[in-house]
Amino acid sequence: MTWLLVALGGAVGAPLRYLTDRAVQARHGAGLPYVFPWGTFTVNAAGSLLLGVLTGAMVSSPVHALLGTGLCGALTTYSTFSYETLRLAEAGRGFLAGANALASLLVGLGAVFLGAELAGGF
Amino acid sequence: MSTQEPWPARPAVDPDVDLSVPAQRAETAGSGRWRVLGVIAAGGALGATARYAASLAWPVADGAFPWSVFGVNVTGCALIGVLMVLLAERDGAAHPLVRPFLGVGVLGGFTTFSTYAADVSKLLVRQEVATAVAYAAATAVAALGAVWAAAASTRALLDGRGRTS
Repeated sequence: MTWLLVALGGAVGAPLRYLTDRAVQARHGAGLPYVFPWGTFTVNAAGSLLLGVLTGAMVSSPVHALLGTGLCGALTTYSTFSYETLRLAEAGRGFLAGANALASLLVGLGAVFLGAELAGGF
Repeated sequence: MSTQEPWPARPAVDPDVDLSVPAQRAETAGSGRWRVLGVIAAGGALGATARYAASLAWPVADGAFPWSVFGVNVTGCALIGVLMVLLAERDGAAHPLVRPFLGVGVLGGFTTFSTYAADVSKLLVRQEVATAVAYAAATAVAALGAVWAAAASTRALLDGRGRTS
């Protein structure tokens, strides 16, 4: 049963990341070169916030499997984030690559804490 | 830059979707969008399930270094390095659904940023500061190292094959 919940959450989270990434790029890219990977940054921050809420709310195991392991896990990504950081570094945008790595970590942590606080604390 | 081309041409940066690539910008146009979203969903289900399997195979005690998620993220980063060099940089005749399925779905669903951030936060809350800092830094260094090494060796392999054949 848990397997199904994780799979179901993953099946929703991954397309949600794709669509959010598109929407953010469309907004930030209109007429300008978008140089900072705002799309992935946004989904990683949003997924971390939601996982923080789930942690703070101490949801049941099935809910955590569906929304935490499945949905938040697939909504957020480390592979896309790391490849983008590599591409920025290779394109000579080392500052942006470093800023992306550091800001993603700090904002991700902040989002987890904020989400947990909103839902009643760690 | 013409008015039809709002994004200047440059190599794709975002492996999930890069709107500066015309073919990817058109992915959600028409009925083809359901095929794209469908394979992403299927890949996401597979990737998330594989990550869950890894967490069961290598359980981690509360307060300990989260080795299973560490391994998942580093492995996924190495694989995206190989995949993107094959797909985006050596634009061959790959099927247009390969990137959505494997890159966006399977690898995106397999690796996770939220669990990583939540595990670091939990370690900090438990006052396991050294483990938290070690885990945060080790994941970033190993994941970026893995994607770099995998991309570089795939490029070298392809270049070598191109010269000899």
